[in-house]
Amino acid sequence: MSKYYLLQDPDRCIGCLGCEVSCKTNKGLGPGPSLCKNMLVGPVKVEEMPRARFVFMPCFHCEEPWCLKVCPSGAVKKRDTDGIVYIEAASCIGCKSCITACPWGACQWNPQINKAVKCDYCKDRLDSGLKPACVTKCVTQCLDFGDASKIPDYRRERFARTMEPVAVRPMGY
Amino acid sequence: MKLKEAPNVIGVETRGRRTVFSLCGMCAVRCPIQVEVDDGRIIWLQGNPNDKAMGSSLCAKGSAGVAFEYDDERPQYPLIRTGARGAGHWRRAGWDEALDYVANGLKDVMRQYGGKGIVLSDRGGPFGDLTKSFVKALASPNYFDHDCTCGRNAHHATRSLFGVGRTGLAYDIKNTKHIVLYGRNIIEALQVKEAKEFIEALNKGAKCTYIDPRGSLTATKAGRFWQIRPSTDYALNLAMINLVLRQDLYDKEFVSQWVIGLDELRAFVADKTPEWQEQYTGISAADVRSFVREISQDAPHVIFHAGWMTARYNQSFYTSRTAHILNALFGAIEAPGGLIFSKGAGDAGKKGLKKLSDRIPEVTDERVDGCGWKYPHFDGGSGLLHLLFSAINSGKPCPIAAYIAYRHDPLTAMPDPDAVKQALDKLKLLVSIDVNYSETGWYSDVILPESSYLERANILAEKSGPKPSLHMRDQAVVPRFDSRPAWWIFCELAKRLDIGQYFDFESIEEIWNYQLEGTGVTVAQMRDKGVFSLVDKPILWDRTSGLKFKTPSGKIEFRSSILEEAGLPSFAEFVPPKGFAGDEFRLLFGRAAVHTHGQTMNNPLLNELLPENPVWIHPDRAAELGIEDGDPVEVSNQGYSVFSRAKVTPWIHPEAVFMLHGFGRTVPLQTRAYARGVADQRLQKGLLTTYDPAGGGNTLCECSVRVSPAGKNRSTTL
Repeated sequence: MSKYYLLQDPDRCIGCLGCEVSCKTNKGLGPGPSLCKNMLVGPVKVEEMPRARFVFMPCFHCEEPWCLKVCPSGAVKKRDTDGIVYIEAASCIGCKSCITACPWGACQWNPQINKAVKCDYCKDRLDSGLKPACVTKCVTQCLDFGDASKIPDYRRERFARTMEPVAVRPMGY
Repeated sequence: MKLKEAPNVIGVETRGRRTVFSLCGMCAVRCPIQVEVDDGRIIWLQGNPNDKAMGSSLCAKGSAGVAFEYDDERPQYPLIRTGARGAGHWRRAGWDEALDYVANGLKDVMRQYGGKGIVLSDRGGPFGDLTKSFVKALASPNYFDHDCTCGRNAHHATRSLFGVGRTGLAYDIKNTKHIVLYGRNIIEALQVKEAKEFIEALNKGAKCTYIDPRGSLTATKAGRFWQIRPSTDYALNLAMINLVLRQDLYDKEFVSQWVIGLDELRAFVADKTPEWQEQYTGISAADVRSFVREISQDAPHVIFHAGWMTARYNQSFYTSRTAHILNALFGAIEAPGGLIFSKGAGDAGKKGLKKLSDRIPEVTDERVDGCGWKYPHFDGGSGLLHLLFSAINSGKPCPIAAYIAYRHDPLTAMPDPDAVKQALDKLKLLVSIDVNYSETGWYSDVILPESSYLERANILAEKSGPKPSLHMRDQAVVPRFDSRPAWWIFCELAKRLDIGQYFDFESIEEIWNYQLEGTGVTVAQMRDKGVFSLVDKPILWDRTSGLKFKTPSGKIEFRSSILEEAGLPSFAEFVPPKGFAGDEFRLLFGRAAVHTHGQTMNNPLLNELLPENPVWIHPDRAAELGIEDGDPVEVSNQGYSVFSRAKVTPWIHPEAVFMLHGFGRTVPLQTRAYARGVADQRLQKGLLTTYDPAGGGNTLCECSVRVSPAGKNRSTTL
């Protein structure tokens, strides 16, 4: 897996789909390919209340990416430095093997150039010290990106706070 | 092509990489944005982080501004009609010819009827000084905005109590402890900053009570959801007031100091018990009791949201008014987490923008819609557009012969567009100035294409609020087509109409400098950040002595002098709505986060996300009619019918069906949106002339339709 996390806090997500459009405009994509998808589950009835979940699906940047294994032209690559799996458009021959292989639907078809395209965590932005497009513009900051060894504790804190509505912090602080 | 003559801002053609701070134009919220331009092409849009509440966030519509900019399916040059109105026969014209055509038409009307024979409508907003000044310079009193189909009921309700309009009080959502929303669908009728604050507040433990016949996505975030029977919110509010007063839960100090009419209110609600409201709303008396107990503990940091899009029912005005009465009873006025007075530059001890209208003589004629004189309780500033069409038809109190629709689409916004067209047919001149092909543009005599919000600069905007500020929409790129910015279009028309002395500007920089005169703020400062806050911290007035209610009494008027002078009751009896059964339903409408009214349905990226609008129907009612989820259905009203698909869901009240607004476009040049989905406004037959008599807003949800299964093989059609 890559060394990053891209977390979605479903409690903060409002399903505005800003992430999907932000991603597309950054990659210059038109209708068709969606490198990330925010899936709406529900609303379903939970104790008589409408409750919805939003499931954000970018690429997982697998440790052993099937898309990479099946690529006949070596266009699918994995960065040594951080494990980002990406497609080098110049080498892609448009055979769609990666699209067939990926169990998550992460590899997409770009009809503008007849090549495959996928999420690369906006590595060009990362390399300039920025965050991925979807995270940068997220309306409610429900998307968060960073080093996986430094994942924030907000979910544990939020759970702990359900016990008492007072300041919550890890022990020892 | 006269692209070279397009009045660009200085420096916009500079090659290489540029950062431009501006204001989004994908909806009417106008969020501050940062635009990255490379060699004259937009490469990135995001929120303007110089506005801390905004940060770099941007919604789907905002990001899709790039797709809008590089889409060819928008008016590219001036068009003059050659066939019948609406037939779609046009010829291309140059700007001189098109402007002369419009100016000559306006002159004819002025010669015959005076300036008051001309009407302009737009969608309001912070750049209104330009259009209002143009109309004023024509000596016409007839400037209109769109608000009769939007927030007018809430506006007038706020005015009747506090003496300020709807936006005169800002909701401090970020610090609230409990927010009550009557269909105010914060996360789908989306304003980025408001949604951020809302989610932030919930994350900090704020409670949300959401009241709506429909379980919108906002309902999924709320701790309490009441699927109220449509058109009964007013009964619910009266019962809440009854409880608050009977149980002495109100802020006695605040109320005794600032409120007049408490005794009359107490007497009026004496019999409006929680049990009384239950028969109308379907919300149990016990639930109302526990809610009132709960929220009273969080006062004054509570918000009863008086609504925004309130052009819905016959008594929407009184629903808004009683929501605000609850705010006042809980002392949630000028309180953190409650409502805070919007402050202007003057309140900050600063000089505000100089207005273009300052140099123009006052208009002496009365408004054609009667607002402000015949109807003293209706704000004469921007009137009530629905009253215009009957005035056009009757020619009274004065003939109207020319109509300029500026970035406003009455044939989408107003109910019953056939009835609107009947009135428009009487006009000698109908002009549309817009960045989109609108339904009204397609029916016009002339289309003047405005440059996109990324291709133009606007006059500067002053936004009031707890922290008043100045905002700049700067030009990021040169226009792709033969379009022009609005300020240039109106200045050029003014010159041709002999009112050029009020619009003697050759560039937007000249206008900006005029506006900034005496403010101590420079164009360079505005450009540097895009937003300029006039204060460091929110201005809060002293709650015990410093509140400035602009009502005749200087108090919060539960007993309203404005209403009573107009012969309307301060406290009106609740009128129970009729029931709906069989194949008859009340038609409700609403918004999705990825579209703006009828403006974005053809955007390549937004159209992909949401191309159509199914009809929501409750499972019990659907079963009675033999309709299953996904089935084709026919929806009809008074001879008009459309085919759509059923979305069978318990999250719509059984008495109602629901659809998103803005679909069913008829302009063939919008190839993606053309004939996709259905238009609620065309089903709103006969509703052009009905309105809430106290608030003036249209009653768009007083609409009944019949729903029936349509053969399984029927595809969705217009």
